Amino acid sequence: MTVLEQAAETGETPLLEVRHVKKYFPIRKGVLQREVARVHAVDDVSFAVREGETLGLVGESGCGKSTLGRTVVRLLEPTDGEIIFRGTPIQHLGTRRLRPLRREMQMVFQDPYASLNPRKRVGTIVSDPMRIHDLGSRSEQKRRVGEILETVGLSPEHYNRFPHEFSGGQRQRIGIARALALRPKLIIADEPVSALDVSIQSQMLNLLEDLQNEFQLTYVFIAHDLGVVRHVSDRIAVMYLGKIVELSPAEELYTRPIMPYTEALLSAVPIPDPDLAEKRERIVLEGDVPSPINPPSGCRFHPRCRYATGVCKEIEPPLVDYGNGHLAACHHPLNVDQATLARVGVAEAHTPAEADETALPQDTSGRSNPSVAPTTDTRSG
Amino acid sequence: MAERLLEVNDLKVRFATEDGVVRAVDGLTFELERGKVLGIVGESGSGKSVTAMTLMGLTRGINARFEGEVLYKGTNLLEISDREMQNYRGNELGMIFQDPMTSLNPIYRIGDQIVEALQAHEKVDKRSARARTIELLRQVGIPNPESRIDDYPHQFSGGMRQRAMIAMALSCNPSILIADEPTTALDVTIQAQIVELISRLKDDFDSAVIFITHDLGVIADIADEIIVMYAGRVVERGSKRDIFYDPQMPYTWGLLGSIPRLDRPRPERLHTIEGMPPSLINLPEGCKFRPRCPHAFDRCMQEPELKNRVESGGHLDRCWLDVEFKREHRDETISGGSAEAA
Repeated sequence: MTVLEQAAETGETPLLEVRHVKKYFPIRKGVLQREVARVHAVDDVSFAVREGETLGLVGESGCGKSTLGRTVVRLLEPTDGEIIFRGTPIQHLGTRRLRPLRREMQMVFQDPYASLNPRKRVGTIVSDPMRIHDLGSRSEQKRRVGEILETVGLSPEHYNRFPHEFSGGQRQRIGIARALALRPKLIIADEPVSALDVSIQSQMLNLLEDLQNEFQLTYVFIAHDLGVVRHVSDRIAVMYLGKIVELSPAEELYTRPIMPYTEALLSAVPIPDPDLAEKRERIVLEGDVPSPINPPSGCRFHPRCRYATGVCKEIEPPLVDYGNGHLAACHHPLNVDQATLARVGVAEAHTPAEADETALPQDTSGRSNPSVAPTTDTRSG
Repeated sequence: MAERLLEVNDLKVRFATEDGVVRAVDGLTFELERGKVLGIVGESGSGKSVTAMTLMGLTRGINARFEGEVLYKGTNLLEISDREMQNYRGNELGMIFQDPMTSLNPIYRIGDQIVEALQAHEKVDKRSARARTIELLRQVGIPNPESRIDDYPHQFSGGMRQRAMIAMALSCNPSILIADEPTTALDVTIQAQIVELISRLKDDFDSAVIFITHDLGVIADIADEIIVMYAGRVVERGSKRDIFYDPQMPYTWGLLGSIPRLDRPRPERLHTIEGMPPSLINLPEGCKFRPRCPHAFDRCMQEPELKNRVESGGHLDRCWLDVEFKREHRDETISGGSAEAA
């Protein structure tokens, strides 16, 4: 895919490459447990993550973003496709050969209440990864746990406490400490802040940023809130029903969304300013994400898309490069000028009039997204 | 003037525990008129859920102590018996809980749970209760309610479960709908749908709404008046415009600054409120926010009273800082300095 080609051009090996990965879950029925259907949780997804960057992975519940995250670290077996970590394909590695690689990729989970064993002490929770990987002596491990706890903003005295003695935010810090224990290169953070209060959420986002700078971490940051993702990401991939529908440098996704689904996601993020909130156009997506057992034909977003036409029902749009590393899969791209359209060969006839009106030359820095209000702060003047 | 439905006067809720007395709510006063939306904002542990549950009479128990008044159309709900409270609960005040996953019974069909609520409050036969349930499910936007009424909760998505909860809360036409973090467990897209739904149903049912949340952004659209709670107290109260455009408490600034905003340039760092809310057993002396407040000074050792300190009459706060000083300095917190660049 294009991202991979780009990486190849610049000569750097991405830390993580995912090529055409699919993850289907079989649905079995009857005495013989015959497979009667499949859940297409992740359906042909490709992307690359460069060392030191943060890739945001956004989508609604049920879009496959968590499954993708788990498949990438081989907590789930991919049905098909390649996962390449630092140049090594890992999709077929056995447990023994995978183990040293596990040290380099760790996960932070969503629910800080369910992801910590309530019967283990904090010290054990954080030192277990080191014990499993046989790193250092007991006393070294203990010293290291103290260090990590301090790094994530807890105190070494918390070593002997149980998870229930901590608040939600503190528990999430413990989860992060556990992920850091092995000094990983890559951290997959699966909705790490969505269970927290906004005030705690901002603490956690800042902490993740500090840790990234301190330990040169690479993140795949999974979330459903584009506001949160914008704050941490260098690039953002938007997923819908098992597919990446748009992939873009972070700021560009907010100023110039191409896929109507991204536009709708952006307009759903609450804006804490009553005047702007009233003025802006809210695109309320009707209904839920359709079932991934029988995904809609053609473009999977077409039943909920306000620009959908006949072609969307029949032909699945390919992921097209619109320049500057901005990819999108749509027959009716928004915010794209005529020249780019001609270049990438998406038929002009399919472009809705509205998209033409809002189309901008590529170099314009002004905002063109109708759903997000302008940046000028009218009050401060 | 619209009908005044609810009047809460100096409400205090205390719970006796083994560790000491928890002052969950400590002096809360507000009024609610028909057709209005009151937002209550604060972090976990600020007393907002206890407030909601006390209004519903759900915090009654041998270790609970109440002071003050909760007047619903003139009746003090704190003084009536449990049996009388039963008539208010559901009929007059309906409640939506935070977690739609755990607040529906997983082994009963959605429809039966709503029919049960209807029959508990009104003398209706099963058939008409079922017809009304279908109508309610339609009103809250469940597609194909005739067949979905027989689904179990696990067959509903998170957003649909919350819709079913709303249908249940509205089943007996309550005058006040209390929504306790109704969107926190949901995706942003579904959150937008639910907020819009609550706002529409408020008009359809001609009721008032108390919307409790930790995220000021969520209620920027729909609230008329906002109460900011901290450590069981009201620390700021005013119209939506007062709170968003002229916030007086550094705590409110912190809440506003913590939200990653799409309408502003991305700041270098998000603002955080350092530390955690205090224990409600051992409250700090003076202003309860003092230990976490970057602007605290010696006068903050005495607790300021909740009163009007600005031009806008209904705007109350608990802060000793000079109003002009605050207006000059709050943007550093709220927008992480980006306002200076503008």
